[in-house]
Amino acid sequence: MMPLALDIAVAAVALAMLLCAFRLFRGPEVTDRLLALDTLYINVVALVVLLGIRQQTELLFEAALIVAMLGFVSTVALARYLTRGDVIE
Amino acid sequence: MDTLHPLVDALISLMLIIGALFTLVGGIGLARFGDFFMRLHAPTKATTLGVGGVLIAAMVYSWASGRFGVPELLITLFLFITAPVSANLMAKAALHLKVQSKAGRPAVFDDGAETSGKRS
Amino acid sequence: MATGTSHPKRWLAHPFMSAIIAASWLLLQQSFAVPQLITATVLALLLPRALAGFLGPQVKVSSWATVVRFTGIVLWDIVVSNITVAKIVLNPAREPQPAWVPVPLDIRHPNGIALLATVITTTPGTVSCVIDEDRHEILVHALDCSDPAAMAQDIKNRYERPLREIFE
Repeated sequence: MMPLALDIAVAAVALAMLLCAFRLFRGPEVTDRLLALDTLYINVVALVVLLGIRQQTELLFEAALIVAMLGFVSTVALARYLTRGDVIE
Repeated sequence: MDTLHPLVDALISLMLIIGALFTLVGGIGLARFGDFFMRLHAPTKATTLGVGGVLIAAMVYSWASGRFGVPELLITLFLFITAPVSANLMAKAALHLKVQSKAGRPAVFDDGAETSGKRS
Repeated sequence: MATGTSHPKRWLAHPFMSAIIAASWLLLQQSFAVPQLITATVLALLLPRALAGFLGPQVKVSSWATVVRFTGIVLWDIVVSNITVAKIVLNPAREPQPAWVPVPLDIRHPNGIALLATVITTTPGTVSCVIDEDRHEILVHALDCSDPAAMAQDIKNRYERPLREIFE
């Protein structure tokens, strides 16, 4: 049963990523694109974890941890840039 | 993957499906809602629980196959801690840029646009 | 936070945080060998000291029973809120009514306010957008809300009261 569930989950996450991409290209505000990018990062984490289960390797989970951290830092940096005009004062 | 107890297998499958569906709901909300502040709700909630579900499935799978699912636990905690912070920062950026909101513009915010940068 | 310079740097000023750092290092390495133990100890001692300016004074938790009860409430509300938001998202016939909800704060502890804002964001249909420490107010955006005053009161009763019991 698990392989089937994995397939469905990968498909659902991929569809969610497509919807994020739609919002990323559509905008209309720059913050919408930022939100789409942040969501895209979280979805990538989910996708990498799913791949990790499928390929039965521990390595990919650590990759997912790094993706999560990069996503958070870049969201914070971009949001600060939009608010303040610079990232580091 | 072939030696799992049927109950564990069912539990993992259920968590995977629930997680993936909530992730999808987050994506749909992001694409569907009419203004930025409404869109902000979909990913911050649905996606967090969605990824949480997937990660719980991964953790159970690790335990069931005799490993120690720690990175998954750390990812879950990290996402639950950081998601509200990034949502707050994005909302602040949107208010600063005067993004249109269907709920109108909050009255208290008009004079002090830079007063609230303390939570960093 | 403004409290950064007002208290002296000490070793192990934040024992709880040191424990978390050491534990997460060991768990990430997935080994309890001697080199990892040494690295974990060094990190647990150095990092809180290096970050002392950001951390502020050590938090004293007055009631652990409340902490457990509050964690339960929040976890339950996270699940409920996800189902609520999912229903709104998946029902194209129903247009939600967004609203701004100002929540006046009685809690004064900075960590308590930060935690309250976090909890608001992770629970039913609400995102805390602005934390105004001068006016003692959190500005919340609600996805679907017809009565902002009732929602503010609900947030205060459900989350702020236990947080005040914990921090004050």
